[in-house]
Amino acid sequence: MSDVPTDLRYANSHEWVNVEGDTATIGISDHAQEELTELVFIELPEVGSQLTAGDPCAVVESVKTASDIYSPVSGQVIEINDALDTEPGTINEDPYGDGWFFKVRLSNLEEIDDLLSDKDYAEQVNT
Amino acid sequence: MALNQPMATRSSGKNRLEPGRKLSRDWPSAYTVRPLGEEKTNLKRTSLYDAHVALGGRMVEFGGWEMPMLYSGIATEHHAVRKAAGLFDISHMGEFLFDGPDALKFLNQLLTNDLSRLEPGQGQYTLLCQDNGGVIDDLYAYRLDRDRFLLVVNASRIEVDWMWFKAHRNNRHKTLQFEMADRSGDLSATALQGPKAAEIISGEFPSAVELKKNQITELDFGGTSAWVSRTGYTGEDGFELVIPNDRAVALWNQLLSLGQALDLAPAGLGARDTLRTEAGYSLYGHELTSETTPIEAALGWAVALDKRDFNGREMLAGQKQDGVSRRCVGFKMTAKSAPPREHYPIFSADGTDREIGDVTSGTQSPSLGCGIGLGYVETAHAKAGTPIEIEIRNRRFPAQVVKQPIYRKPD
Repeated sequence: MSDVPTDLRYANSHEWVNVEGDTATIGISDHAQEELTELVFIELPEVGSQLTAGDPCAVVESVKTASDIYSPVSGQVIEINDALDTEPGTINEDPYGDGWFFKVRLSNLEEIDDLLSDKDYAEQVNT
Repeated sequence: MALNQPMATRSSGKNRLEPGRKLSRDWPSAYTVRPLGEEKTNLKRTSLYDAHVALGGRMVEFGGWEMPMLYSGIATEHHAVRKAAGLFDISHMGEFLFDGPDALKFLNQLLTNDLSRLEPGQGQYTLLCQDNGGVIDDLYAYRLDRDRFLLVVNASRIEVDWMWFKAHRNNRHKTLQFEMADRSGDLSATALQGPKAAEIISGEFPSAVELKKNQITELDFGGTSAWVSRTGYTGEDGFELVIPNDRAVALWNQLLSLGQALDLAPAGLGARDTLRTEAGYSLYGHELTSETTPIEAALGWAVALDKRDFNGREMLAGQKQDGVSRRCVGFKMTAKSAPPREHYPIFSADGTDREIGDVTSGTQSPSLGCGIGLGYVETAHAKAGTPIEIEIRNRRFPAQVVKQPIYRKPD
């Protein structure tokens, strides 16, 4: 059973979103990190770049393979987790904490309503 | 040595997190290549399937087989093999037996290396080639007795190889005196690899440690005969053990138990791939295909051109003499970059800015901590030390052609 914290929203492409006011922090779920296996490299969006919900915005690479990460929301990137550049394994160890990817200033708050609740996401990955 | 399909990575080199469903257990392994319409229930399982599941193995599809990609983690298992030992299930591989006074003559006509150089109890790496030199499979051939040979072939090539042998037996070599049998279905195999492999195996097979590299012997395992050879696919010392299916689990458990105090880890296909890439070993379907020859693949040492005749000889002798336009090389990334992957283009770094080849295998090297790979480049760029560039998602990153093995253990 993978961990699905109750205070987050989820994209069905396995990203999580933590909304605080008009800012969202984004990362990938415990289920995603487990299936991806040990991550060895990450490419994050640039600070200042504009993201559109559903578009690829980052790449994570395990020993075996490269995978796209899709932005669950639209907005401008205001901060990225630079520490992942040297320690991508943090994503595996702490996907909902130190393994966060980037923060976005939301341009369309209504998109949050389209995201999955913890309950719905847990049903997707844990059943 | 065990894959016939290209990796699932597409031209973009990326997998896609498929939305709206649970990621299936076989995702996102590069080994997941499932023919359309084929359900998972059609996958073959080795005798060790239940043992893998009990050990927490993450099962993936590999060349029609359901095999463990990893147990504890690819890098962890990789390091276990480099520092202590790892135990792999290689039961998906095929075993063919050839027995009779003309077996040597027949096999030497079809295989590139020279079996007559082997004493009974010795094995060699060899290739099966078409007349045009294209590789059908790469394999290990053992001379068990004077007139008896064991071939260990890639899982994904069992049917193709067997058809090839059968066709040649029935057409061109009808009068030769020998029997041949495909034993793949009733034999299992494991590979015990790493610096502590000898110490571990001595607990069950004390005489196995006397084997020299590439030697094979028949040993008793509780009343059942097993073939034990000093071979492997990791660049480490190690053994491969072939045993009837009904004793495979007992042997697997016995080796795991003997290795418990010596940090032996069960190891999956993920580590097998990173280990063989560091060692610079070819994998069928990647470095070797029907479109590549052993000379291009830098395997000329396994082609005995001094043999009177064999399938592909003319082509391979010509390539050896005239040279080839491209050559398989190992390379290392020399600056921080994403790991190289299969199909990524390789560019020259001599100012001409030309595409000179492509990557056939690539990974993050757990031992070196950087991206490494194998690939084909124009021969002028194949010398060790030559700087090259790998294109990763439309950006070029510096790399260097290196001598093989790509990873060499510090003395």
